[in-house]
Amino acid sequence: MIAEIGQFALVLSFLVALVQAVVPFIGAARRDSALMAVGRAAACLELFFVGLAFAALAAGFMLNDFSIALVAQHSNSTQPLIWRFGATWGSHEGSMLLWVLILAINGAALVTFGSNLRETLQARVLAVQGVIAAAFLGFSLFTSNPFLRLDPAPPDGAELNPLLQDPGLVFHPPILYLGYVGFSVAFAFGIAALIEGYVDAGWARWVRPWVLSSWIFLTVGIAAGSIWAYYTLGWGGWWFWDPVENASLMPWLIGTALLHSSLALERRGALVSWTILLAILTFSLSLVGTFLVRSGVLTSVHAFAVDAARGVYILGIIALATGGALLLFALRAPALKTGALFSPVSRESAITLNNVFLVTLTSVVFGGTFYPVFMDILGGEKISVGPPYYRIWFGAVAVALLLLVSFGPMLNWKRDRITDVAERLKWPLLAFFVAIVMLVAALGLGNLLASFGISLGLFLIAGAAAVLARRFRREHGPIRGLAQLLRTTPLAVWGLALAHAGLGVTAIGITAVSAFQSNVVLAMHPGEGVTLAGSRITLESLEIIRGPNYEANQARFVVDGRRGPRILYSERRFFPVSQTETTLAGIGTGALGNIYISIGDRSATGGTVVRIWDHPFVDWIWAGVFVMALGGTISLADRRLRIGVASPARAALVGVRA
Amino acid sequence: MKRILYILPLALFAAVVAAFFAGLGSDPSKLPSMLIGKPLPEFSLPGVVAGAPGLGSTDLRGRPMLLNVFASWCISCRVEHPLLLQLHAQGVPIDGLDWKDDASAGASYLRENGDPYVKAGNDRSGRIGIDLGVSGVPETFIVDAAGRVRFKQVGPITPDDWKQTIKPLLARLTAGS
Repeated sequence: MIAEIGQFALVLSFLVALVQAVVPFIGAARRDSALMAVGRAAACLELFFVGLAFAALAAGFMLNDFSIALVAQHSNSTQPLIWRFGATWGSHEGSMLLWVLILAINGAALVTFGSNLRETLQARVLAVQGVIAAAFLGFSLFTSNPFLRLDPAPPDGAELNPLLQDPGLVFHPPILYLGYVGFSVAFAFGIAALIEGYVDAGWARWVRPWVLSSWIFLTVGIAAGSIWAYYTLGWGGWWFWDPVENASLMPWLIGTALLHSSLALERRGALVSWTILLAILTFSLSLVGTFLVRSGVLTSVHAFAVDAARGVYILGIIALATGGALLLFALRAPALKTGALFSPVSRESAITLNNVFLVTLTSVVFGGTFYPVFMDILGGEKISVGPPYYRIWFGAVAVALLLLVSFGPMLNWKRDRITDVAERLKWPLLAFFVAIVMLVAALGLGNLLASFGISLGLFLIAGAAAVLARRFRREHGPIRGLAQLLRTTPLAVWGLALAHAGLGVTAIGITAVSAFQSNVVLAMHPGEGVTLAGSRITLESLEIIRGPNYEANQARFVVDGRRGPRILYSERRFFPVSQTETTLAGIGTGALGNIYISIGDRSATGGTVVRIWDHPFVDWIWAGVFVMALGGTISLADRRLRIGVASPARAALVGVRA
Repeated sequence: MKRILYILPLALFAAVVAAFFAGLGSDPSKLPSMLIGKPLPEFSLPGVVAGAPGLGSTDLRGRPMLLNVFASWCISCRVEHPLLLQLHAQGVPIDGLDWKDDASAGASYLRENGDPYVKAGNDRSGRIGIDLGVSGVPETFIVDAAGRVRFKQVGPITPDDWKQTIKPLLARLTAGS
C-alpha cells in the first residue's frame, strides 16, 4: 500500500511538473496573472507530491517492506533504523528522488520568498524549474522507478553497502544535493533573463543569495565527504581525485567564480553576460556531478548504477539543458546591455582575474577527469591521469590564484592604483616575506615549497585581517575604534574576511599534511609499541566485539604524545550479510595534527598489521573549509535583510543585534 | 566578430557532448582490449616487496592465470582486494602489477591488506601499463597457457563477474591446455 501511494504521488508530481513547465511560460508571454498564478500553485503542489513520494519510500525502508525491490536490494532488517533511513538515498533510484525533492523545495521557496520579484521573472524562473523537474521525474518514472514490487517478497533484504553505513551517508548526500540543486535556481534566473532580454538590479539581488546559499551547502557537502573518506576508507587520505570527487569540485570552483562575478554585477552592473554564462555552466557541471557516474562513461567507486539506457537519458537531459541554454545564450546574450566599464586596476578586474583562474582550475579538473574518454575518441591509448597530474597543474594554478586573493578586497571599484593597494597591504606582505624567511630558516631550504605554501596561507589570513583593519578608525582610540569597527562593518565584509581567512587555514593544512606526514607499517602483538613523530603508540589489547549487523576486530591503543596519554580504538568490521569488510580508523585529533591508526589482517607471524600515520595540521583543511562556509552564512544574513528592504543596510544591521 | 565569442561556449559544449555519446557507446567496463588474442608484450619488472622476485612476461606462461593491475592509491582496488584474497585461497594463480606506484607503498599495501599474488612486479613509471593498454586501476587480464590475453576486466572484479565470466573462462582454458 505504501509503495502504491508513493507511485501515485510520483506520477502526479510528474504531471504537475509538466503544468509548471508550460503554463507560467504562456502566462508570462501574455502577461496573464491568472496563468502565472497557476505556476506558483503548481510549485507548491509539486513539493507536496514529491514530498509524499519520498516519505513513502522512506517509510518502506524504515518499516522493512521488502516487497519493494529497492528496499530488498539496499536494506536489511538487522541494519539500525538510522541506516535504514539513510538507505532511502543510498541507491540510484532513491538519490534521484532526493534530488527532485530538493528541487521542489527550491521551487516552493521561490514562491514563498519571491513575492517581491517581478511577476513575469518569477513565472519564467518557476517554469524553467518545472522543465527540469519534469525531465528528472520522467527519468525516475521511466528508467529508475523506486517503487517496483517484488513478488514473492523475500524474507529479508540484501544489505546497504557497509561503507555507506555511516553518519556520513545521512549528511553528505543531502547537503551536497542542496548545493547542486540550489544552482538550478541561478540557472533558471539566467534563462529567464535571456528570454526577457534584460537584467535589472532586482535580478542580481535575487540571484546572489541563491548562489551564496548553494555554494555554502556545496562547500559543507564536499568537506563532509572528504572527512567521511578520511575516517572510513582507512588509509589516511582526504582527497583522491576520484571522478566523482572531481565532479563535485568542478561546480564548486565555477560556483565560486559565479559568486564573485555576481558581486560585480550586483554592485557595479558589470560582467552581465559572463555571469549568466557562469550560472549556466555551474548548474550544467552540477548535473554532470550528480549523474555522470550513472552513465557508464567513467567508472568510479561511487558508481551506483551503470546502465546504458539510463546513461543515454541522462546525457540527453544534460545535452538539452546545457545545449539549449547555451544556444539561447548565443542568440540573446549579445543583445544584453553591456555592463559598466572599469579600468585594468580595479576590483572588477581582480574579480575577472579570479574568474579566469577558477575557470582554468575547472578546466584542469575537467581535462583530468575526462582524459580517458577524449583519448579514446582521438584514437589514442586509454590512459587515465593520476594524482601527479593534479598535483602539478592544479597546484600551480591554485597557487597563482591564492596569491591574488588578498589583493581583491583591498582594491576600489572602478579604478585604483597599484601602489595604493601595495601600501594598504604592506603589513600582510611583510608578514608573508618574514614568514617565508623564518620558515626556510627553521625547516631548511629543502622545504622551500612547504614554507612558501604555509606563508601563503598566513598571507591570506593577514590579508583578511587587513580588510577589517582598513575599516578600523584609529582616531577613536583602540577601544572606541574597535567598537566602531564592530558597529559599522556590514556582515558581508565579516563574511568576506572569514571566507578568505578560512581559505588560508585550508591552504596551511593542505601544505603541512602533504609535506610533513609520516607513517609506519608493522605487525604488532599486544603489549608492543612504536614511536612515530614524537608519540609513543602501544597496542594494548585486541578483542572481538559484536555490532548490530557486524562483528569487529577491535584494537585498543594507548598514544602517549604531546598532550599526555590517550586511548584510541581502531576496528576492522566484517559484515556477514554482504561478506564485506570495512575499516574504522582510530583517530586522535589535535590542533597540531592527528594520529591515525588503521588495522589490517593478521600477518604471517601472528601479529596484527597496523598502519599508523602522523598527519600534521590535517584538521586545518576542514576547519578552514567550515570557516569559509561560516563566512558565507554570515554574508547571507546580511544579504537576506537587504532584499526588498527599503531602509538602508545600517538600520537592518541594528535590527540584527537588537 | 564579437558574436563568435557568444557562440563559442555552445560549440565547445557540442564537441564535449559528442565525445560523451561516443564514450557511452563503448562502456569502459566492457571495452575489449586491443591485446585480446595477442601475446602479452614482453616486460620484466622488479618485485614489489623488497627481496621478492620480480615479474616478467615469461612468468605468465605454462598455465592460464590472471594478471591483476593494482596500485596502493586506488580505492576500487581496496574494494576488489578481499575477493582476490579469496581466489588466492582457492588456489587461483594471480600475478600482480603495481602500477604507477612506489614499491614501498605497494609493499605496505600488500602487507596491510594481505598478498593474493604469486608474483608481483612494480611498474613505477607506468611504462608497462601503457604497453598493456591499462586505462585505470584495477584491471585484470586473463592470460592463457601460451601467454596470450584472452579477456580484460576493467574495474574491480565483482563476485558476479567471477562466477559468470572469469571462472568459466578460466575453467575452459585450463581444460584446453
